[in-house]
Amino acid sequence: MDLNLNSEDLAFRDEVRAFLKDKLDPKVAEKVARSEAISKDEILAWQKALYEQGWIVPNWPVEHGGTGWSVMQRYIFDEECAAAGAPQTISFGFSMIGPVLIAFGSEDQKARYLPRIRSSEDWWCQGFSEPGSGSDLASLRTRAERDGDEWVINGQKTWTTLAQHADMMFCLCRTDPDAKPQRGISMFVFSMNTPGITVRPIRTIDGGTEVNDVFLDNVRVPADALVGEENKGWSYAKYLLSNERFGIARVPQSKYQLKQLKNIAGIQLSEGAPLIEDRDFRTKIADVELELKALEITNLRVMLDVRQDGTPNPLSSMLKIKGSEVQQRISELLMEALGPYGLAYQPHANDDTANTPVVGPEFGAMLTPKYLNNRKISIYGGTNEIQRNIMTKAVLGL
Amino acid sequence: MDLSLSDDQKLLKETVERLMQDNYDIDRRRKYSAEPTGYSADNWRQMAELGLLGLPFEEEYGGFGGSAVDVMVVMEALGSGLAVEPFLATVILCGGLLQDAGTEAQKATHLSAIASGERTFALAHSEPQARYALADVTAQAAAAGDGFTLTGHKCVALYGDSADWLIVSARTAGTPRDAGGITLFLVAADAAGVEVTGYQTVDGQRAADVVLNGVSITADAVVGPLGEGLPIIERAVDRAIGALAAEAVGVMDKINALTLDYSKNRQQFGRAIGEFQVVQHRMTDMLMETEQARSMAQIAAMTLDRDDDARARELAGVKARLGKAGRFVGQESIQLHGGMGMTDEMTIGHYFKRLTMIDRTFGDTDHCMRRYADTLGD
Ligand SMILES: Cc1cc2nc3c(=O)[nH]c(=O)nc-3n(C[C@H](O)[C@H](O)[C@H](O)COP(=O)(O)OP(=O)(O)OC[C@H]3O[C@@H](n4cnc5c(N)ncnc54)[C@H](O)[C@@H]3O)c2cc1C
Repeated sequence: MDLNLNSEDLAFRDEVRAFLKDKLDPKVAEKVARSEAISKDEILAWQKALYEQGWIVPNWPVEHGGTGWSVMQRYIFDEECAAAGAPQTISFGFSMIGPVLIAFGSEDQKARYLPRIRSSEDWWCQGFSEPGSGSDLASLRTRAERDGDEWVINGQKTWTTLAQHADMMFCLCRTDPDAKPQRGISMFVFSMNTPGITVRPIRTIDGGTEVNDVFLDNVRVPADALVGEENKGWSYAKYLLSNERFGIARVPQSKYQLKQLKNIAGIQLSEGAPLIEDRDFRTKIADVELELKALEITNLRVMLDVRQDGTPNPLSSMLKIKGSEVQQRISELLMEALGPYGLAYQPHANDDTANTPVVGPEFGAMLTPKYLNNRKISIYGGTNEIQRNIMTKAVLGL
Repeated sequence: MDLSLSDDQKLLKETVERLMQDNYDIDRRRKYSAEPTGYSADNWRQMAELGLLGLPFEEEYGGFGGSAVDVMVVMEALGSGLAVEPFLATVILCGGLLQDAGTEAQKATHLSAIASGERTFALAHSEPQARYALADVTAQAAAAGDGFTLTGHKCVALYGDSADWLIVSARTAGTPRDAGGITLFLVAADAAGVEVTGYQTVDGQRAADVVLNGVSITADAVVGPLGEGLPIIERAVDRAIGALAAEAVGVMDKINALTLDYSKNRQQFGRAIGEFQVVQHRMTDMLMETEQARSMAQIAAMTLDRDDDARARELAGVKARLGKAGRFVGQESIQLHGGMGMTDEMTIGHYFKRLTMIDRTFGDTDHCMRRYADTLGD
């Protein structure tokens, strides 16, 4: 195993760096550095820049607009983007529904949706979870019934991330209530403008509104909104989630946040000296850095281990667990670094037009809310308890 | 050693618990918190009527001569109700400080006004560079005629924006972080040159930064001996830590009850999530952490009136152990609530935030652990 970059990799890295220098808005990078909210327009602008460069869907097959990069190149790309403070692209289209449509969608669906995903013309959201169906997703009850040339959908989705911005939803619905739960589910794709859809924001503990309830009331969608075969939705959903694993550990983002932490600990004072010189705090930074180092290699090991039968490495659950722990720990230390100013709640720091100045260090206003918000990482996409259950079964064979 | 509550203390406990039950739920708390002062004037008045606002003061100043255990009983109940009234800032911190170090005249003027609910106070001591080090004071008090002129920047003064009076620390001698040379002053919040910027805190309470732009005060505003303010501040902060420990126990009890309740009602995979062993063990761990914290809160109540070194050491230990418990209980309660734990609508998140902020107040776990470790006995 050789983790040293060869000359081709180095040349690629320089190319990515040059692109970032040219195209990433420094104002946006500054907001990322301060954990401030990135607006829809700012995200779209960044996605457009990647699209124009041909780098928006590195994970897709080349014939659908992918880049054909090696694992190492994808890794370098993610690393450089995070290190430069690029905002997170919205994964619902690029990493979730896109690959599913490529694998299971009709030719018509591919022709209609894939170009619009790439160009960010459509913003997608994920309609899986329901009030009664979180960890036990297969128990979902939103019903889709066939009526002539249409499907009629009734039910409720919840926790739908950024549904307020979305043009399209991919949605799991029950199509056969009599079958075993997993065998009676189908996947649909439809416009969020379809009559009968109501989006209601859910306020979270950090004061944000990134998740929503989505009510589906006699929503009529055309027959071709069905993805693949009827009642096969569960296996497409599993494919979708296994596909997401490339970035799940969020190693590049954590490396970036760790750097922020060191910067901030270098500015904040304790007993008249920079906090980073405080033994105890320094040891805590070192501790999380070691965890992250190990995770980086574990992550690469899993990425490079492409199985013959295409099934995911069962260690991918570990990437989610350890990745969430590292991210949560770093944001906890960022909050701690602020000291007493960690108490101040100043959401106006997110608002470009607000003219109330923030109290305390200007980089610190959003760090406590960020810590609170990051508690979600061990909950969404399958809780850490569920991930451990999966590993217990798949790795230990118990 | 007697760890049981007296009959009077049981009555006190019931009284405050009833007040919380009658006046508080999460929606009403939201409303109180959104008031300009960050709390309910009516609740404050009722607390005065019940005698709570004078509880720890001597009787001649309108108080009840309450003990550390009495204060603990009240704080625990306020914690489980998640009260936002400035009891800690006004009564415990500032009232306690004045009772400890104020002149007869100061006590006579201010303690009875606190006890009756007509006057609130905030401690403006911490500074932006100081983190949790109590001696790290740079604000200056320059002698000017008979009195002083104050300049400096004080930060995160709890309920500093609605307080009528501030207790301000500033240097009459020495350099930053010297133990000597810090003096305490009573400053009217509306005095010329006092610039107060209030803000909400993450846990729905309030705090303020206070900038002193050459504030003139007279000599009778000095609290305690000139240049010897630090031990007074230390004692006041230790009393606040004792109170916070009891509050945190109240918060954790409530968190555990809410989580247990949720685990019985939330169904996944055809059964209550409380039937999964990993969830059961987690909740048992939360309970054990809370019991350890409760014991630490009792240590606080038992040691608050001991001599300075032993007291300071014990209180640092209390806060450190408490921080560890609070972190575990808070984080796991959100985790066990799943997505619901992330919502502002559910009660649990509000308790989690208060617990998280208690660790940021008067020394975080690291700071207190170090203070305790530095004086580790044989
Ligand atoms: C910020 C955020 C964004 C999200 N975005 C989306 C989105 O865009 N689209 C979408 O469809 N969903 C989304 N989700 C939903 C997410 O996938 C669910 O929250 C998650 O699957 C957990 O389900 P739940 O919230 O119902 O918790 P529950 O399933 O009710 O779990 C509660 C607790 O019980 C534990 N538990 C449950 N079952 C077991 C078991 N068998 N063994 C041991 N412990 C168990 C859990 O680990 C957890 O601690 C989002 C969630 C959050 C918080």
